[in-house]
Amino acid sequence: MEETTKCELVLHINGEQRTVITRQAETLLFVLRDELGLTGTKPGCLNGDCGACTVLVNGTPIKSCMMLAIETVGKEITTIEGLRDTPIQHAFVRHFAFQCGYCTPGFIMNIHALIEQHPNADQSTIQEWLQSNICRCTSYQEIEAAVKEALQAKKTDIQPSHNRISRV
Amino acid sequence: MAVGKSIIRKEAWDKVTGRAKYTNDFKEQGMLHAKLVTSPYAHARIISIETHEALAAPGVRAVLTGKGLPLTGEDMRDRPPIAADKVRYYGEVVAVVVADTLVQAEQAARLIRIVYEPLPAVGSPREALKEGAPLLHEELDRYERNKTTYPEPGTNIAHRTKIRKGDIKQGFAESDVIIETSVSFAPSDHVAMETRCATAEIWPDGSIHISASSQSPFMIKRLIHTYFGEEAGKIVVHTPLVGGAYGGKAPVQLELLAYLATKAVGGRKVSVWNNRECDMVTSPVHIGLEATVKIGATKDGVFKAMEIVFLFDGGAYSDKAIDVSRAAAVDCTGPYHVEHVWCDSLCVYTNRPYATPFRSFGHCEQSFAVERAIDELAKVLQLDPWDVRRKNAIRPGHTTPTQVRLTKSNVGDMPACLDRLRELMRWDEWQRIELDAYTVRAKGISGGWKTSTIDTDSSSGVILTFNSDGSVNVISGVVEIGTGTKTVLAQIVAERLKMNVDDVHVKMDIDTQTTPEHWKTVASRGTFMAGRAALAAANDAIRQLKEIAACVLRVTPDDLEVGFGRVFLRDDPAIFIPVKDIAYGYKFPNGNAIGGQVIGRGHYILRRLTPLDPETGAGKPGPEWGVCAEGVEVEFNRRDYTYRIVKAYAVIDAGKVLNPKAALGQAMGAMSMGLSFASREGFLFDEAQRVLNPQLRTYRPIHFGEHPTYIVEFIETPQIDAPYGARGIGEHGLLGMPAALANALSLAAGVPLNELPLVPELIWRKQKGDSYGSL
Ligand code: FES
Ligand code: FES
Repeated sequence: MEETTKCELVLHINGEQRTVITRQAETLLFVLRDELGLTGTKPGCLNGDCGACTVLVNGTPIKSCMMLAIETVGKEITTIEGLRDTPIQHAFVRHFAFQCGYCTPGFIMNIHALIEQHPNADQSTIQEWLQSNICRCTSYQEIEAAVKEALQAKKTDIQPSHNRISRV
Repeated sequence: MAVGKSIIRKEAWDKVTGRAKYTNDFKEQGMLHAKLVTSPYAHARIISIETHEALAAPGVRAVLTGKGLPLTGEDMRDRPPIAADKVRYYGEVVAVVVADTLVQAEQAARLIRIVYEPLPAVGSPREALKEGAPLLHEELDRYERNKTTYPEPGTNIAHRTKIRKGDIKQGFAESDVIIETSVSFAPSDHVAMETRCATAEIWPDGSIHISASSQSPFMIKRLIHTYFGEEAGKIVVHTPLVGGAYGGKAPVQLELLAYLATKAVGGRKVSVWNNRECDMVTSPVHIGLEATVKIGATKDGVFKAMEIVFLFDGGAYSDKAIDVSRAAAVDCTGPYHVEHVWCDSLCVYTNRPYATPFRSFGHCEQSFAVERAIDELAKVLQLDPWDVRRKNAIRPGHTTPTQVRLTKSNVGDMPACLDRLRELMRWDEWQRIELDAYTVRAKGISGGWKTSTIDTDSSSGVILTFNSDGSVNVISGVVEIGTGTKTVLAQIVAERLKMNVDDVHVKMDIDTQTTPEHWKTVASRGTFMAGRAALAAANDAIRQLKEIAACVLRVTPDDLEVGFGRVFLRDDPAIFIPVKDIAYGYKFPNGNAIGGQVIGRGHYILRRLTPLDPETGAGKPGPEWGVCAEGVEVEFNRRDYTYRIVKAYAVIDAGKVLNPKAALGQAMGAMSMGLSFASREGFLFDEAQRVLNPQLRTYRPIHFGEHPTYIVEFIETPQIDAPYGARGIGEHGLLGMPAALANALSLAAGVPLNELPLVPELIWRKQKGDSYGSL
């Protein structure tokens, strides 16, 4: 029965155009993961409760488990795979703002959008934005420190130093 | 060099770029998907299961039911992998549908018709122990079990641990005052952000390949051999990064279903992946507890006797709950010296999701009970709760409840932890202040200690292979569950080989065919056991390097040192050969060669541990006791009973801090989990023992912004035989939090709060209603 409802979608993801054939009822989360191999976006609850699946749609953080892929046609989607060398990624590494790393892509996407949209975010804005994501490993204090450093880096436009960090 | 520095985690960049892969991220064309059909009843007889319609649905390849499967369980085999004759908890697996896609499997699952005959459900340990309570396991006397499990057939008792130290009667006789406190909390959940997942396939040569989000890849191999008679050598388990575990991924459950599923479809690869709801109730949970603690003390607050009854809510199957109940008994007094101890710790069957290890393994549960009692004692005696703890703090020379003599090495410095906590918290300034008519601030503290109670023959192995550039690969069976242990192993190796830690590479994934065994990644023993193995492997490599270099340099190996990428003459470092020139053996100018790739190997097995005596509990369960002192400061609103956790403190004896930022992260993360558990987590059951809140919307862990300020410090009292003296620290942050929070809130609200979670409604109920009632 599901075969009859499949459709072809052209999506714009991380600056690339990708074509997929999928069920009309498929969520963006599953299309990203199963059809496009972008497994950095994580399922945590499929119910909008945890934020692990957060991606950006036209620059706005969206829980991809709560959005149908078909709704994103014509929009720009950014996933964790589309972020490179951003201040928040560096700050996360330096502040040990993750342990198991499973919630990390969702947090980073959310924070990246926060920094882009509110470069002067105060404590209450940070709080409002970040309460949509759950991290079970850290105490959030590490994440808070990383957010503040990344905001600072963005403001002063100083690129964080790369030297102490070994990269692949 | 590398030890003691905040080395960035080796997998850090994989984790911030989305490159890090977890079990469910490995997709394969043609892989089949399973959907679990679970029980809507907590206790019911299965009358019939009709699968025809489901089997005929599009894409369906197989439907599995529980008929004819062997019983499973690590300590006692009481659990069918799929329920057969009756279901014993809400959410128990009754059938498994395997189909081409997950959607097809889900659709077909709805077509399975199951007829149940509901039975009365048992809701708590005390209920389960009542005369005439329904029995969960009528055949308790017939289950296969190991030698250290003592079920009581005809009852709902899966296991009883007895601790008898000194003479409890004499202890109470010598006491000026005796107080009794009862506490309780329902089962809750680990809520790892990655839900559990397992895949399995059988290759044409008969080899079985399993991939699992697990803390126990080697145990999976062992158990599939035990349960299904498969040759151990033909079972290969792969474990990539794990997205949070906290004990919840130590048991083996979905792996068995994946194995059965692949068998049913001719060996094709099948994936079994928990949705959040299944992960919370179908898979094992954090144990519940009802406990009574009786303390006898002199009027100065010196403990004379402790009588403790732990009734653990093990749920429907004993799994590792037996072990958890034993672990709580082993350390039942907390980090205090008590001459006369009597403890009965029971693992009780109830019709609730079955329990398994939860970070701190019975110890946050134990400490919640005992530390609440200590605060009550201090109140009765009108003594400072800190003083009472300090006076009784455990020290070298004392014995533990299981009568192990403590030394300077095998126990941390409890008095030092308490002293530092007192300073950090400014304990002496105030413990309770009223800020205005409605707002009260209060502080509460707790002590904590823990040893491990893992198998007495647990072992760990490490292999170091050298690359032609002189760099090293570390291969260890420790699973990277988020604790950063693999990075710490790289630091240990770098330190021993005196090389740059950037040149030490670690293999993150586990493949049981090529990775040496590490028993299980549990009990905060990764750094100790794998660290010892890594040191042994490094020593082995050094010996090989020296042998080759001795030949080349025409000296004896004894004259040589290894370090800084070279093997050099001790009294004249100018005479040397670079490690990279001999890492793959050495070729003389004339073409002759010696050596070969340098491969260091090392292992470590726990030593001189013994099981507990069944009558007295005497025995040596673990190699060392780590200690901590913790505190919480709350701001309580007397009008609406809400509160804010303002600060949380921990002073932990780490032995030696190997990676400061990683250690801090472990401590603070554990504290956060402990506060979340104590303040807001717990399953809600209806009368039929159905779980009402198996979702992250209704079961809501701490979110960003609800966190207090964390203040953590480490004391360093080395454990002599541990790598660089390091003690386990992954769990201590958690274990004092529930008690400290309850103590702070009890002081703030002026009423004993002996239940969890400490939601405003509970505080209101306690103050308005039965002001001294707990159970
Ligand atoms: S998976 Fe989308 S919010 Fe949890
Ligand atoms: S790092 Fe594990 S859940 Fe956040």
